[in-house]
Amino acid sequence: MAMDLKEIEKHIKEALPDATIDIQDLAGDGNHYSATIMSSQFVGKSKIEQHKMVYNSLKGKMGNELHALAIKTKEQ
Amino acid sequence: MDDQTKNIIKNHIDSNDVCLFMKGTPDEPQCGFSMAVSNMLKILEVKFNGVNVLENQSIREGIKIYSDWPTIPQLYIKKEFVGGCDIIKEMYENGELKKILENKGIDYKKD
Repeated sequence: MAMDLKEIEKHIKEALPDATIDIQDLAGDGNHYSATIMSSQFVGKSKIEQHKMVYNSLKGKMGNELHALAIKTKEQ
Repeated sequence: MDDQTKNIIKNHIDSNDVCLFMKGTPDEPQCGFSMAVSNMLKILEVKFNGVNVLENQSIREGIKIYSDWPTIPQLYIKKEFVGGCDIIKEMYENGELKKILENKGIDYKKD
């Protein structure tokens, strides 16, 4: 199971159009990523809500096709 | 999720002030993310209950529905879902984790 970096970015961008996204493939195996996401849509939301917005944008792939995606959210 | 699974999960959360749903045990974590959270709690000398989701497939899937959170580990403090690995790590680094422990009356190592 693996997922392409561009695909992750596309999904997040669809849900959070204004987001600045920086994704790193940590192990080079298409399975362990780290993403820093900045969006104005995070303003006023708790960290849990912010991370849920990112998870939801991935439409159930998190924890399935996508094994590991470390998320860091920032309000902009 | 069936009622039995829900009750088991609820019982873990209700009966442990600090409850960590994780892969493996605090002494033998089976995943780096679970190990990271477990270690942060150990460093802070927080007494916690680790629930090994690998021992029970229905809890492993059930907890994701229960919390509406797709990944493991998941940390509960006084029945409140606090976060997964990324959030706990951030809170550990910026001091918010100590603050929440303090506010909820959980013993931890103070500097």
